[in-house]
Amino acid sequence: MPTSNSKDHVCWGAGCHHEHQHQLEVSHLRVSYREVLALDDISFRASCGRSIALIGPNGAGKSTLLKALAGLLPLKSGSLRWRDSPLAKSSHEIAYLPQRGEVDWQFPITVRGLVEMGRYPNLGWWRAYSRHDAEIVERALDAMELTDLQERQISALSGGQQQRAFIARALAQEAHVLLLDEPFTGLDKPAQDNLSRLFRELTAEGRLLIASHHDLQTVKGYYDDVLLIKKSQVAFGPVEEAFTPSKVELAYGSSEHPKSQIP
Amino acid sequence: MISNDLPSLADFLAEPIARRALLACLMIGFANGFVSAFVVLRKSALKIGTLSHALLPGIALAVLLVGLTQWSALAGAVFAALLVGLGSIFLSRTSRLDQDTSMGILYTTAFAGGYLILTQLNVRQKLDEWLFGSIVGMADSDLWIAFAISAIAVLGLTALQRPLLIYLFEPNIAASLGVPVRFLNYATFAITILVLISSLQAVGCILSVGLMVAPAATVYLLTNNTRMLFWGGGIIGGLGSVAAFFLSYPLGWSVSSTIILVLGGLFLLAYIFSPQYGFFSRLPSK
Repeated sequence: MPTSNSKDHVCWGAGCHHEHQHQLEVSHLRVSYREVLALDDISFRASCGRSIALIGPNGAGKSTLLKALAGLLPLKSGSLRWRDSPLAKSSHEIAYLPQRGEVDWQFPITVRGLVEMGRYPNLGWWRAYSRHDAEIVERALDAMELTDLQERQISALSGGQQQRAFIARALAQEAHVLLLDEPFTGLDKPAQDNLSRLFRELTAEGRLLIASHHDLQTVKGYYDDVLLIKKSQVAFGPVEEAFTPSKVELAYGSSEHPKSQIP
Repeated sequence: MISNDLPSLADFLAEPIARRALLACLMIGFANGFVSAFVVLRKSALKIGTLSHALLPGIALAVLLVGLTQWSALAGAVFAALLVGLGSIFLSRTSRLDQDTSMGILYTTAFAGGYLILTQLNVRQKLDEWLFGSIVGMADSDLWIAFAISAIAVLGLTALQRPLLIYLFEPNIAASLGVPVRFLNYATFAITILVLISSLQAVGCILSVGLMVAPAATVYLLTNNTRMLFWGGGIIGGLGSVAAFFLSYPLGWSVSSTIILVLGGLFLLAYIFSPQYGFFSRLPSK
């Protein structure tokens, strides 16, 4: 990639350096569903090139936080800033990857068609789909090892391939921040390891990954940082600091014996 | 209806009324088939059935107030659709009932009221036309309206294709890709109502769901290409309706029922024989 300006900045390839560290700044975020407060006072600051595990017990608001970051839910209060300006202004740089169970896999669309959707934020309704767009789509397919499967309907993929197809769409979108809802759920061990390797590649290329995660056993191997929440924020920081038995117990309570799950 | 001294098909086609009907079958069939792709992907077949019945009282009311013209019927239909659509949302939000239940009550009540008004008005024959369609009895002005509706529907959905696809695939997530979800909600609702009115005129409110669902449902079993779903749905809807027209004449069948029967038959063929998603393809091949 040639050196990119801030508008058309693509984090392809490990050689791509950043003019400045891109920062996602979440401060005092509160989200409520009708009258029920779902998230209270979430504040953290994350930089490009990191992967963050979003953990917490069921109903802690993990999915809600991801959706709020993706701009899919209105904020009750607080602010979201990305690269020193309100996140909403650069929403095309944020990609949201839904939980596998929320996707209509029978929808008549091929892998390539799915990835091409990622060009929408750049193209809008009218602008012609150009050679440049096709190249980006092909590179995204190639990076996710889906080139040979691109004409397949999306239900004819394995779980890991389906997850990669959505990541490919985020790449085609030229997204900087990937928000993933339970990406490892339902994958077998080899597929999980493969996805974890991809995570490291994506962050090495300068992207910020935030993923909700429920398997406490694998947090350490898969992620750089941990954001521990239970409606409000319990801990945030590098895995070694924020993912300690005492903090996990604070979030999960002792009844679930989380200690035994931490290797 | 059957008589032995029926004029031959060629003689019948020489009549302007027959040519108008043929044109109407092609146009309305195509537009409805095209839009059926949206209905199938949106999984809103039942909602369409509800709406089509809800249009009747609106039309009845318009006839009662200003007399029967194309435009009064149209305005009444739109009014009724909005009333039942928004009314069901209001009912479900202000009670413990869900929207489907609210809609079920609202549209049957409205339909019953509309039917009674129309029977009181002594427009018996018109009533039958709205219930079962009148594709054979269309005037030139009807044809022009059908043409305008078809053009708006096909052009509108084609222009919106790119965001629409994302909206249909991931209704809850599309907004994160910058898709104008609210605008698409309104635009597609407007197109649906317009097309529904044309199918109401062609096959009537009882059968219109079939015309707005079956064509794309058939193609759905044959392809994974969404563009094919829209255009293929249009082609099946148009050609199926034309075929039904030719079939119905010598048999003396009602055209609207024959259209739905032909489309149903085509769907059944796809269901059984589709190489990829058909009944036989599901059998274990040994």
